[in-house]
Amino acid sequence: MTTDAPTAAQAGLLACEACQMLSRPAASGMPEYCRRCGERLHFRHYGSIQKTWALIIAAGICYLPANMLPVMKTTTLGESEGDTILSGVAFLYATGSWPLALIVLVASVMIPLGKLVALAYLLLTVQYGSVKSNPERTRLYRLVELIGRWSMLDVFVATFTVAMVQLQPLMSVEPGAGVLFFAAVVVLTMLAAEVFDQRLIWDSAYPHTERHG
Amino acid sequence: MGSSVLTDSPLSSPVACPDCDLLQRIPVIPPGGKACCNRCGHVLARKPRGPRDLPLVLAVTAAIVFVVANTMPLMDLSVLGRSTSTTVIGGAIEMWKEGQQITGALVAFCAVIAPGCYVAFMLTLLLGARRSPVPVWVAAMLRWVHHFETWSMLEVMMLGILVALIKIAELATVHAGIGMYAVGALILLFPAIVVTFDVRELWRRVEWDHDDAFMAAAANAPVADTPG
Repeated sequence: MTTDAPTAAQAGLLACEACQMLSRPAASGMPEYCRRCGERLHFRHYGSIQKTWALIIAAGICYLPANMLPVMKTTTLGESEGDTILSGVAFLYATGSWPLALIVLVASVMIPLGKLVALAYLLLTVQYGSVKSNPERTRLYRLVELIGRWSMLDVFVATFTVAMVQLQPLMSVEPGAGVLFFAAVVVLTMLAAEVFDQRLIWDSAYPHTERHG
Repeated sequence: MGSSVLTDSPLSSPVACPDCDLLQRIPVIPPGGKACCNRCGHVLARKPRGPRDLPLVLAVTAAIVFVVANTMPLMDLSVLGRSTSTTVIGGAIEMWKEGQQITGALVAFCAVIAPGCYVAFMLTLLLGARRSPVPVWVAAMLRWVHHFETWSMLEVMMLGILVALIKIAELATVHAGIGMYAVGALILLFPAIVVTFDVRELWRRVEWDHDDAFMAAAANAPVADTPG
């Protein structure tokens, strides 16, 4: 490859995100589809920055009720008590299973917050045209993609606690409103990571890529 | 330069790194080896070792284990002589019945539908890939399988069940059921399929298959056409 066109976009080639095949776009300006697998082709995800911002703002809004509203309501002999994520962590810690308390704290509180901060940072550096620490920012993006699913942990904890503890009238557990917001945070941040086009991180180093986008 | 790029032999045709878009050629990889992007280190290709039918064998196993995992109880809980048990889908249904329909549907999707579709698609496309030429629908399925992999969260569910069990164990006696062991086996089988499956080799055969239809026209024209 020549050094003046190091990326596919600069060489005017569309890379298929499903099968990696390269195609040359037709001049007509029609939507392009991969010849081999039929995937829709883009130089960069359409409206990637706006859509990612919209999704992480929505996730940020849901993050507050997710942590403040109860995820489970335990009824023991007529007495009812709500459990938020943090009080669940406190319960696990108090009963002596601190490794699990730590896992739930990391998965439920720190990972979603970390994802929001990391994606906002990536969006800002892309928007300001940063050319610094590209390999590190790419690694940060991969980390966000890799660990994102683990914040679903508390939704599964609530689901299986509710499913198992149905011993009326002795004791029963109901899901609280927090679990819906919690699930929303997970889904919105996962979609945000999918919509964000990680190739934008490298584009600022070669500004003339824009004309292809 | 552009047209020669597209008509080169597929072994040495360039690829763009999915993470940084750098164009590069993937060298011939020895079995068990991998090729990483020159610039950002993304793993561009892997060459699995082991027999070619191994992923198919693993997918058949995964399909059987999946049925067991979803029909057998995950765990039994007993307290004061009363006992209950639940399956994977039972958890989602309980959530739905308790008024959390959206969460219930999401749990069903991540714990049953996405893994189920992943196994079904993988099994079908690996069977289809044995035929020559490779049927066109194999390419469409291969394109979809990645999405099901992203949303299949069996390992997260397993840890979630473990945390729930430890919370419940304070109040009642809990026994792990056959379903739990089956889910554990699936968690190992899914990555095993990914690691043993040579995706690039299959894509290359799909490309040969499409040769007549697409490549003939592309070879004559200086610039390759993409059907709109």
